Amino acid sequence: MKLDVNGSVHDVDADPATPLLYVLRDNLSLNGARFGCGLGQCGACVVMADGEAIYSCTTPIAVLEKRKIKTLEGLGTAEKPGPMQRAFIEAQAAQCGYCIPGMMMRAQALLEKNPSASDAEARAALQPHLCRCGTHTRILHAVARAGELMKGKS
Amino acid sequence: MNRRQFLQTGGALVVSFSIPARAQKLPGALDRSPQLDSWIRIGADGGITVFTGKAELGQGVKTALLQIAAEQLQVDMQAIKLVTADTALTPNEGYTAGSNSMKDSGTAILNAAAQAREILLAEASKRLGAPVTAQNGEAVTADGRRISYGQLVEGKLLSVRAAPESKLSGARRFVGKSIQRVDIPAKVTGGVAYVHDLRLPGMVHARVVRPPSYGAELKSVNTEAAAEMPGVIKIVRDGNFLAVVAGREWEAVQALRALRAGCTWTEQAKLPRDVYATLAAAPTQDIVIADAPPVSGKVIEAAYTRPYQLHAAIGPSCAVARYESAGLTIWSHAQGMFPLRGAVAELVGLPAERVHCIHLEGSGCYGHNGADDVAGDAALIARALPGKPVRVQWMREDEHAWEPYGPAMLTKVRATLDGSGNVSAWQYEVLSNTHSTRPGKAGDLLAGRYVEKPFQPSPPRPLPQPEGGGDRNAIPLYRFPSRVTNRFIPEMPLRVSALRGLGAYMNIFSIESFIDELAQAARVDPVEYRLRQLEDPRAREVIKLAAERFGWNAYKKENAPQNGHGRGFAFARYKNLAAYVAIAMEVDVERETGDVRVKRVVAAVDSGEAINPDGIKNQIEGGILQSISWTTFESAMFNDTRITSRDWSSYPILRFSHVPTSVEAHVIDRPGEHFLGTGEAAQGPTAGALANAIAHATGVRIRDLPLNRARLKQVLAA
Amino acid sequence: MTITRSSHIRSHVVLALFVMAAPLWGCASHESVSQAEPPKSFPRDQIAKGQELAYIGNCMGCHTAEGGKPYAGGTPLKTPFGTIHGTNITPDPQTGIGRWPLEAFTRAMREGVDRGGRNLFPAFPYDHFTKATDEDIAALYAFVMTREPVNRKNLGNSVPLPRASVSLWKSRYLERGVYKPDPAKSPEWNRGAYLVEGLGHCGACHTPRNKLGAEKKDEAFAGGEVEGWHAPALDSTSPSPVPWTVEAMQTYLKHGVADLHAQSAGPMAEVVHDLSHVSDADVRAIATYVVSLDTRNADQRKRAADAALARARAALAQKGNAVYDGACADCHNLGRAQEGGALELPLGTALTIPTPRNLAYIVRDGILPREGERGGWMPAFAGALTDEQLTDLLIYLRALSGQPAWADVAGDVRKTSKGKR
Repeated sequence: MKLDVNGSVHDVDADPATPLLYVLRDNLSLNGARFGCGLGQCGACVVMADGEAIYSCTTPIAVLEKRKIKTLEGLGTAEKPGPMQRAFIEAQAAQCGYCIPGMMMRAQALLEKNPSASDAEARAALQPHLCRCGTHTRILHAVARAGELMKGKS
Repeated sequence: MNRRQFLQTGGALVVSFSIPARAQKLPGALDRSPQLDSWIRIGADGGITVFTGKAELGQGVKTALLQIAAEQLQVDMQAIKLVTADTALTPNEGYTAGSNSMKDSGTAILNAAAQAREILLAEASKRLGAPVTAQNGEAVTADGRRISYGQLVEGKLLSVRAAPESKLSGARRFVGKSIQRVDIPAKVTGGVAYVHDLRLPGMVHARVVRPPSYGAELKSVNTEAAAEMPGVIKIVRDGNFLAVVAGREWEAVQALRALRAGCTWTEQAKLPRDVYATLAAAPTQDIVIADAPPVSGKVIEAAYTRPYQLHAAIGPSCAVARYESAGLTIWSHAQGMFPLRGAVAELVGLPAERVHCIHLEGSGCYGHNGADDVAGDAALIARALPGKPVRVQWMREDEHAWEPYGPAMLTKVRATLDGSGNVSAWQYEVLSNTHSTRPGKAGDLLAGRYVEKPFQPSPPRPLPQPEGGGDRNAIPLYRFPSRVTNRFIPEMPLRVSALRGLGAYMNIFSIESFIDELAQAARVDPVEYRLRQLEDPRAREVIKLAAERFGWNAYKKENAPQNGHGRGFAFARYKNLAAYVAIAMEVDVERETGDVRVKRVVAAVDSGEAINPDGIKNQIEGGILQSISWTTFESAMFNDTRITSRDWSSYPILRFSHVPTSVEAHVIDRPGEHFLGTGEAAQGPTAGALANAIAHATGVRIRDLPLNRARLKQVLAA
Repeated sequence: MTITRSSHIRSHVVLALFVMAAPLWGCASHESVSQAEPPKSFPRDQIAKGQELAYIGNCMGCHTAEGGKPYAGGTPLKTPFGTIHGTNITPDPQTGIGRWPLEAFTRAMREGVDRGGRNLFPAFPYDHFTKATDEDIAALYAFVMTREPVNRKNLGNSVPLPRASVSLWKSRYLERGVYKPDPAKSPEWNRGAYLVEGLGHCGACHTPRNKLGAEKKDEAFAGGEVEGWHAPALDSTSPSPVPWTVEAMQTYLKHGVADLHAQSAGPMAEVVHDLSHVSDADVRAIATYVVSLDTRNADQRKRAADAALARARAALAQKGNAVYDGACADCHNLGRAQEGGALELPLGTALTIPTPRNLAYIVRDGILPREGERGGWMPAFAGALTDEQLTDLLIYLRALSGQPAWADVAGDVRKTSKGKR
């Protein structure tokens, strides 16, 4: 099966019923999407498909063949971090960091549609996501900052 | 003498003449691992490696230790490689727990690095025949001649025993600055960051079929369906321990479902219907940890309860193990690699020297969660597949149902008041199970208890003061005389162990709630009431700072609740030894639904010398939010036989809708003071402040955790 | 009132007829009841009783806006006749009902007339509440009068009908009179009937309505519509493949899920949330009455159940639909008895009702408990499935249930996409 992930098309050898999460991690060795629950309850696995945030733990690759999938790795690299990544580093918005990629992808989906999302809109968008370390307030600051960076403000 | 005073004397190494140097206590963890090169090594190429027995849990300790080491060695942070807990490489610093990392490891590295620098400079000075200063990894004379650290180190230069005192550099290029965390870039760009990301050649994936309840026995299992599934390599059974191994992870998950469906268990667990009645009736070992004679006067008393609460880490526990003839290697995110090694060695029947435990990060664990157990699982399965790296990932339901919980607790407090309403005598008792069942031994690992020939768990014991377990922070810091009894209950109806803060969360909740009740009885402002009875100047300072930054006096006039809006205050010094934290917050309570919304939180914290002020803020903010979740949502649910809190739908926690509008943490930095542990310092005061704010908002005092919707509705409707 | 978009056109015709006949009803008005001082206090047990009755009546549902203060009104109710907003029933003297004496409150509940004498649109289901006893209405009064007063002006309605026209409607459709017990039936059944036909107003959603927005009495509980969702039939045409038992219905009403039948979602989830606070005895009474609406005898029920279970087992054994296998089977094929399992789909009413709309909402938006509360959890698949993929999946699920294909799944999927409810 062919999957378009972060702009590259991969020929993936996996049962079409396999949830995307396992294909990303095991077949493509991508670390961004994480296993938090496998039940769509925590958001740690969230990536983007055609600009929409999806739970990779409950989405089989069978439905993603023609979609453009974007993961954390598609937002930038350690050498050249993208605006969302720069914002999270600037805000030091992480403690253990396990929930953060999912938060960033949901925030990315939000800001790509609505670059001026308010704090209330960000909270509503992130409602499906859990953070156990209590980094929520920093995450919200980082999302606001990412919005500014994406709009070209410095 | 503290560090600042020592620096001011400007002295070189000071050796005491009255006591032999060997017998003097070494600073921090140096005392247990006194060889300098256990901590600092420099290669001929100049590469610097610093070793710590502590582990990064997301609290930022790697960064803080690098700051300290870089400062004392006078090199850039990037020039240092930091190796964390590894049984083959680092000192044994026990568990990364109790907020002791900075006090123990930080202090050790501070001194070891300083002493190493001085040794290197002395060697350079000898060779160059002139005084030298340290600059960027080199020793440099006034006239510009230089030798690099790499060239200086020869043979056993640093293979010496540490001295009791050090000449500390007073430079502040790194320490005291909010240097960005070294681990965050990888975490936000998809780098390998956790043990979950480890991929070894030939690695296979395993899942364990956990029993449906404590002590259940596997009567029969039909493995046919699972064995035939694609990718299944092996099914491992040892008594009641059952696991399946597959080539790919999703295959393992599918096989797990099939295998589970083929199991028949005999269940025998009997979980208590009324937890508090059961605990109150259980036999106890009573330990008086503070004593004072009774006094006559007006008496006020209260009792508080706290349910079992979960660590509930976002990332269920994971471990990778490889069993070879040379020995067993385990990659784990457990908090103690050395204790784990002992337990696993016993489990698989190997001598400890042939077991190598390497710490890799996990998601936040907040104490003893499933991390040790999954390492045990991995070891057993790896032993059945020698040569193959085996990765075991717990499912969400496994983590929720099988991790050891924070124990349910009961407290009782009784105060005798004088004519001004101040406390003249105080009696307090706390009833609790042990707060640590950490390995230890094979019998402390789940796998160890479910195999055919089960191991015995370590007998539960109370953790002694001054750290304490259930009685952590049971002795109030206030100046009144107190009699405090730790009523330790050995029998454990549910599996329990250390949850961040241990007994401090509940004890500070109880004490600070009660102090407010007394303040109300005395008709004194709660902040004023605390200051009247607290002498410790650092305690007074955090209280005043928090109150001032919150604008506490603006609320002073109104004591009546206004439409469900209220404010509350609380203070504690974690363990009466570590960081000081004072918290003020305001809340809105919706009477009809019992919904509590925290609006604004202001905290003041004194952690002694702040190596990384932002790191401290991060921990305090996080602790506040975590405690808001515990306090307003959380209690483990179970029926007569089984745990029923098995995922986030059955154990809801804080979500963004309930995150406060603002959380501020103000750090009082005291350069030169001892490092005071901060990671667990906010949870207790948050609970106290929240309880007090709710009482102010509603006029009703609630003493039973959690202060959730159902309880508020019930109490407010009455 | 009937709340579907498809009946919009019909209702405009009806509207025209009403408006043309308006002069005939110009005189159909009522006296106002004089204001009273807001009452100070009520006996605690009366308030508690009123609280329980308010849960049964799900008053919060229409009288509390999303994110709004409890009972302060503002909920928009879309009807074919326009949007009507639930009113502020807190005891605020200016904007709520703080100055309503019991007499006025009773008249509103029984006759659909407010304190000032104006007709209330029957979106407020007084055609059901009229059956409540004086004692129960007084208890409800005690309850609402002791809620927190909230100053919030009522929003206007967009119904172009004059309120006076409602008098004609009432003369045809409002059957006055407190519920009369049936002596041939048990006390439990009668209690259930009283609650269901009265304050519970279940028929308001579960009974089809005519063009004038009144329930069709000869098709009672044959299925209805609410806020875009289908409310299944509870009579002998019940879509549940395994006929409901009292135990299953009681479990469903109390906990929101019954293993062989359904998981509550959409508007019913709110009803169940309130019923979870009601006494076991009353919930059982409601279950007893509701199950009795399905008049099939024990033998017919058993045969239906056996056939349904056999069909379901066979359906679950099928494989080959990658989407179902990857997205659904991991939880749904386990059944609720197994760890991490969910409702076995071939038996679920969302697959067997006449429309795919409910299932479309459920798959897209998931089912979530209220924040901070425990409850069943299904993740949302919006974004993961395109409209086409959702359509294919719904068609597959319908086939799993063994029922004849739905008419226009693609069209219904389009209609249910966000913002079009």
